[in-house]
Amino acid sequence: MSIFEYNGSALVAMVGKNCFAIASDRRLGVQLQTIATDFQKIYKIHHKLFIGLSGLATDAQTLYQRLVFRHKLYELREERDMKPETFASLVSALLYEKRFGPYFCQPVIAGLGDEDKPFICTMDSIGAKELAKDFVVAGTASESLYGACEAMFKPDMESEELFETISQALLSSVDRDCLSGWGGHVYVVTPTEVTERILKGRMD
Amino acid sequence: MMKIDFSGLDASVPLCGNTDELCNEISTEQKFELPTAADFDGFQREAVQMVKPAKGTTTLAFIFKEGVMVAADSRASMGGYISSQTVKKIIEINPYMLGTMAGGAADCQFWHRNLGVKCRLHELANKRRISVTGASKLLANILYSYRGMGLSVGTMIAGWDETGPGLYYVDSEGGRLKGTRFSVGSGSPYAYGILDSGYRFDMSVEEGAELARRAIYHATFRDGASGGVATVYHVGPNGWKKLSGDDVGELHYLYYPVEPASVEQEMTEVSGL
Repeated sequence: MSIFEYNGSALVAMVGKNCFAIASDRRLGVQLQTIATDFQKIYKIHHKLFIGLSGLATDAQTLYQRLVFRHKLYELREERDMKPETFASLVSALLYEKRFGPYFCQPVIAGLGDEDKPFICTMDSIGAKELAKDFVVAGTASESLYGACEAMFKPDMESEELFETISQALLSSVDRDCLSGWGGHVYVVTPTEVTERILKGRMD
Repeated sequence: MMKIDFSGLDASVPLCGNTDELCNEISTEQKFELPTAADFDGFQREAVQMVKPAKGTTTLAFIFKEGVMVAADSRASMGGYISSQTVKKIIEINPYMLGTMAGGAADCQFWHRNLGVKCRLHELANKRRISVTGASKLLANILYSYRGMGLSVGTMIAGWDETGPGLYYVDSEGGRLKGTRFSVGSGSPYAYGILDSGYRFDMSVEEGAELARRAIYHATFRDGASGGVATVYHVGPNGWKKLSGDDVGELHYLYYPVEPASVEQEMTEVSGL
């Protein structure tokens, strides 16, 4: 089994009309054994910028700590929050630093940029950026997530519909994956507010 | 005068003695072609890797005052992918005997069906039902004859015969164990935890069914490769009966209801930026 599949995860981000949503499952496992069902995979960088880290949980947490550190330094020097595009480049640079001994993570970045324009992107474990206009997925359930998102996504959804869509896509995808699921965690971000919701899901 | 036919217990001898074509068709011991590869073991290893879905499973069975309780989940997986959530892992061999399925799906299905045929032929030849002991030995002997050739079977044979309730564990490595409590599959450690802590011999059928269902539920919760539906069967003096089949997705919230109040709190706390 690949080291990327050691802990199990499902991550997805979608763009709506002047808003975005990012969602993950809640399982932390060691191979097939479920250890926790309240594990955090999506982290807040600032009010309009979130990063989800799939893959090996220990590397995800380390990477997150380094990203927070770098973002704090940026805030002190520049006296402003980082733009999502800038942050994506930072993550990419941090990942490529470890080109020959990478963090076993696949990040998903979602944020609101200048004039609240939604931005989503994903990367491989060594920092190759992949920008998308509609949705991005990562984790052990990524294949089923591609299918679900491809079928359910519509452009320019309002935040309520976006929440419904991303939640249904996530819940149906993790039902086909042994290593992710056990509930869901969804953030919907509009220019004025952030809503966080915990989803009830199948616990098997 | 009918002679007692013991040939059913011998895997290598055809089950009926006459030359009737139809009868030969059914009962002659089936032979499987072996690959004519130079490196048989290497070829076998590769082939086994190719055809081994339905690995993760939780099945259990136990004997108690009222008979035997048999339960299983219903998930079939290939690696991390869930290929089905509606697999029948409890196989009805005859109205008095059940088999459980763990390991290779095809191997289990085929050899249980095969065992069903052999049990019926034994019944016709001897005018009485085969014992659980006899049936499990029949299966164990067949599996042993294919030992090392890549069969993957972990099964329990549970039933009721003239001696009362019977339970055997049989696997493709040739093992055959008699016992009162077994669990097989990747979720078995979790199921044993519940089973061993909650088991009493003098349980009622309802208590036994609930224990079995709970053990399967807890196994599906912890084990990524188990899930779907928790099915419970009971075998008593009058044969088996399916008692329940509950979707584990609903069972979780039945056992552990979520209080809506705490969820509301979490939402308001975060949304107020």
